[in-house]
Amino acid sequence: MTDAGPGFGVYVHWPFCRSRCPYCDFNSHVREAVDEAAWRGALVRETAHMAAVAPGRPVASVYFGGGTPSLMAPATVAAVLDAVARGWTVADDAEVTLEANPSSAEAGRFAGYRAAGVNRLSLGVQALDDGALRALGRRHDAAGARAALGLARRAFPRVSFDLIYARMGQTPAAWERELSEALDFGTGHLSLYQLAIEPGTRFHVLARRGALDLPAEDGQAAMYELTQALTEAAGLPAYEVSSHARPGFESRHNLTYWRSGEWVGVGPGAHGRLNRAGGVSVQRRQERAPETWLAAVSRRGHGGAAAETVAGGDRIAEVLMMGLRLKDGLGGADLARACGPGWEARIDAAGLDVLAAEGFLERLGDGGLRATARGWPVLNAVLARLLA
Amino acid sequence: MTALDRIRNVAIVAHIDHGKSTLADRLIELCGGLDRREMRGQVLDAMDIERERGITIKAQTARLDYVAEDGRTYLVNVIDTPGHVDFTYEVSRSLRACEGALLIVDATQGVEAQTVANAWLAVEADLEILPVINKIDLAAADAGKTRADIEEAVGIAASDAIGVSAKTGENMPAVLRAIVAGLPPPRSAGGDAPLKALLVDSRYDPYLGVVILARVIDGRLRKGQRVRMMGTGAAREIDRVGVMTPKPAPVDALGPGEIGFFTAAIKDIAECRVGDTITDDRAPAAEALPGFEPSVPVVFCGLYPADAADYNDLRDSLGKLRLNDASFHFEPETSAALGLGFRCGFLGLLHLEIVQERLEREFGLDLIATAPGVVYRVTRGDGETFELHNPADLPDPVLIGQVEEPWIRATIVAPDGRLGAVLRLCTDKRGEQVQLTYVGGRAMAVYRLPLAEVVFDFHDRLKSATRGYASFDYRLDGYRAGDLVRMDILVNGEAVDGLSAIVERSLAEGRGRAVCEKLKDAIPRQLFKVPIQAAIGGRIVARETIPALRKDVLAKCYGGDVSRKRKLLDRQKRGKKRMRRFGNVEIPQDAFLAALKLGD
Ligand SMILES: Nc1nc2c(ncn2[C@@H]2O[C@H](COP(=O)(O)OP(=O)(O)O)[C@@H](O)[C@H]2O)c(=O)[nH]1
Ligand SMILES: C[S@@+](CC[C@H](N)C(=O)[O-])C[C@H]1O[C@@H](n2cnc3c(N)ncnc32)[C@H](O)[C@@H]1O
Ligand code: SF4
Repeated sequence: MTDAGPGFGVYVHWPFCRSRCPYCDFNSHVREAVDEAAWRGALVRETAHMAAVAPGRPVASVYFGGGTPSLMAPATVAAVLDAVARGWTVADDAEVTLEANPSSAEAGRFAGYRAAGVNRLSLGVQALDDGALRALGRRHDAAGARAALGLARRAFPRVSFDLIYARMGQTPAAWERELSEALDFGTGHLSLYQLAIEPGTRFHVLARRGALDLPAEDGQAAMYELTQALTEAAGLPAYEVSSHARPGFESRHNLTYWRSGEWVGVGPGAHGRLNRAGGVSVQRRQERAPETWLAAVSRRGHGGAAAETVAGGDRIAEVLMMGLRLKDGLGGADLARACGPGWEARIDAAGLDVLAAEGFLERLGDGGLRATARGWPVLNAVLARLLA
Repeated sequence: MTALDRIRNVAIVAHIDHGKSTLADRLIELCGGLDRREMRGQVLDAMDIERERGITIKAQTARLDYVAEDGRTYLVNVIDTPGHVDFTYEVSRSLRACEGALLIVDATQGVEAQTVANAWLAVEADLEILPVINKIDLAAADAGKTRADIEEAVGIAASDAIGVSAKTGENMPAVLRAIVAGLPPPRSAGGDAPLKALLVDSRYDPYLGVVILARVIDGRLRKGQRVRMMGTGAAREIDRVGVMTPKPAPVDALGPGEIGFFTAAIKDIAECRVGDTITDDRAPAAEALPGFEPSVPVVFCGLYPADAADYNDLRDSLGKLRLNDASFHFEPETSAALGLGFRCGFLGLLHLEIVQERLEREFGLDLIATAPGVVYRVTRGDGETFELHNPADLPDPVLIGQVEEPWIRATIVAPDGRLGAVLRLCTDKRGEQVQLTYVGGRAMAVYRLPLAEVVFDFHDRLKSATRGYASFDYRLDGYRAGDLVRMDILVNGEAVDGLSAIVERSLAEGRGRAVCEKLKDAIPRQLFKVPIQAAIGGRIVARETIPALRKDVLAKCYGGDVSRKRKLLDRQKRGKKRMRRFGNVEIPQDAFLAALKLGD
């Protein structure tokens, strides 16, 4: 018995980048040359394999993430989308997103992706300031980002872009100017991430040595609050901690993650999730190293590395961790479906009372839960208190 | 039995590192007690920690056969006394086992605080003192100045003090000659008088039971004899008698003036207190040697296992340590912040550190030590008096008649140029000056100080005030009433046990502020703002506020991250078990450690 809940998505990972950004801990690799024909074949084969693993679900979204998927030839994107269409029924209004780097943006390519079936582009702008882009190790400048945005808007019905804030030396005033400019582009979606210092990155080493001039917690909070106010005033309020959209322009694919729905992952390091009734979920993980993954697919048709069952308290933790990131939280029915019956008994009841009484969380009328504007920016601490 | 006039009992006293142990080794070697191969350097310092820290914790002895130049053989007993202030009582008792003392002074350092303090103990014990100037092999040695120092600071003649190098052995035979020629032999009422022996030291051996080191004054101590400790009343039959050469060697009996050990299948070291008088149970001496009082702990602190699961191990280990150390006390204690642990009593700070270190090293325990405090004497309004080991037990102020605290008499030797800073420190610490003398480029200050102030942070501050160029020694100087109050530390309005302290009223505010600031830095921001206050009774004397957490959320959390990020959360959840709840907030136990930990 399966329980798809909020839609079903296909995630496709392209693991290559032109260079490695010093803050990034995604599965990204720099290679001199990539045998794209071989990669195309392997992605298609693994897609077919996943269709056999998770049959019968209507596909609501496809997402090409990376790495830098805009380094893929449009023909590769087309071949994978064909494989998706062969393996499942694809909804007419399915959302098909591709992540693109401004440095590899070309009008010709964008047209090719569009022709292949991509209808949403997510552009990694990161900053609108040349100095900041250099400090982030990016290959494009602000003018390049603006040009790429223009191209994207002409080529795709839906466009989003990413910015990173609370960067080294950034002040709330500077962020206010940058964000205002970003909002002026008038896209329907924006992802605004506070810079995270991830273990294993160069920034992590620098930060530990005290060599990154990062804003202190109060500065971060001030920029976060500015972000909330400005996006709301511009009609793109946050619908998730870091995601802002004009109503109707939310990322459906990402909503599947946050609502603990189902998806399959294709490509190196991709993760997938298939749910069972009673609050049990199976996580699949593909081989992370590109060459290992490619060899596995050519040998046995897929690059699966591990499957892990998540249930009980772990599952509840995951569902809440994802669901409370949403402005609307999770409804009572969603929670019961994703966590299984009796989940309320497994959280810290006293903690929930305190959090609700102090206005960090709100109990919804249908038995659901929602983090408030007060709870959102400190969600980690809220979760730590809530989970028994 | 050896004739009294062929016996010399000599103690070695010195400031730490002036070469006491090295010199003892040389004497042993010269008399052939051990051959070169057996000499591992500093034979008399047996325990690991002693070797490493260069501190003699317990008295050690060696019995040497010295063939003098006149061809006669003398029995020389050398006692290496405990070299530290915490064991002053032990030092003064072991000194009473001797007729003379070698006062070792490092010729490159001159007289230090412990030199003076120990020399005075020897003078009080009526010992003949032979000053010995050590390390003359070093280029920086200044024997002349050191002699003058000794005369001035200690007040004994030193113009013909022997200069030696314990390291190279240079002039060491002169020390042996001086011991025989310059020190008096023991006096005694004779071997047939009723047994009267001084208990110099005791240690626990898992196979033999308690091994007692004794100095016979009158009578004889032999195998099979039933002896009694006159102070504790314990009576046992001796099953083994011996001497340390320094290897243990059995003998039939010990006669007047002799020093040796015996065992009597004694399991409890508390029966064998240093300083007690040993007599024959069937033919006891009429009276005990004067001045015996078992040493009592004056410094207390809580010891907790860092991991609650180690509680039983800690209890067993404390029990094992206590087997060998009767001056160390412990009793179970519960702290809301730290869980289950023990309140432990020590002779002083070094004793505390040594016990802590042994627990960590020998027993592999990870410990949390609360800030040390002293033992107060509280008299209730109704006249009843009791000893207070834990500030939390101080009754309501209206019930208290008076609170007395232990004072010490401290000797500090510091460079002239730093004297001002030293005097200021002593004044800050409520000190009263007793004496101030100048000793060739340095000053010696004698102060009366409350022990609690010394225990708090005196050592660190003295060190920084003098850049490490001061030496410090003290001895207890009785109890005195003071204007003492209990200061509680409140987190989110609730008192944190373990952080309460007894303080002098005029110093309370500053102390309170320091603790609040420390806690503010140590406690991570919470969902709610957390007030931290220091209070005396209901009155708040210091406050700090930890602002509420403002930003703590993952910027991104997508499909691939779910499990990885959840595992991060799991780690936080596991930490929850080590949280202490104060109203609305849960504070990790670790945060209190900063404020509880010894020193800074
Ligand atoms: N150069 C020199 N060093 C010595 C002499 N006597 C002792 N030492 C060194 O001084 C240090 C302290 O000696 P030790 O006997 O442990 O001192 P204690 O703390 O008084 O027992 C050791 O490093 C010894 O090697 C000496 O006569 N000359
Ligand atoms: C899969 S990543 C990269 C997509 C694309 N390769 C690019 O760099 O433009 C998606 C987004 O995550 C964000 N991101 C990556 N690392 C981050 C970090 N350490 N802190 C905050 N945001 C980060 C960036 O905004 C990035 O555009
Ligand atoms: S941020 Fe984007 S371009 Fe930079 S290394 Fe990561 S995935 Fe590649």
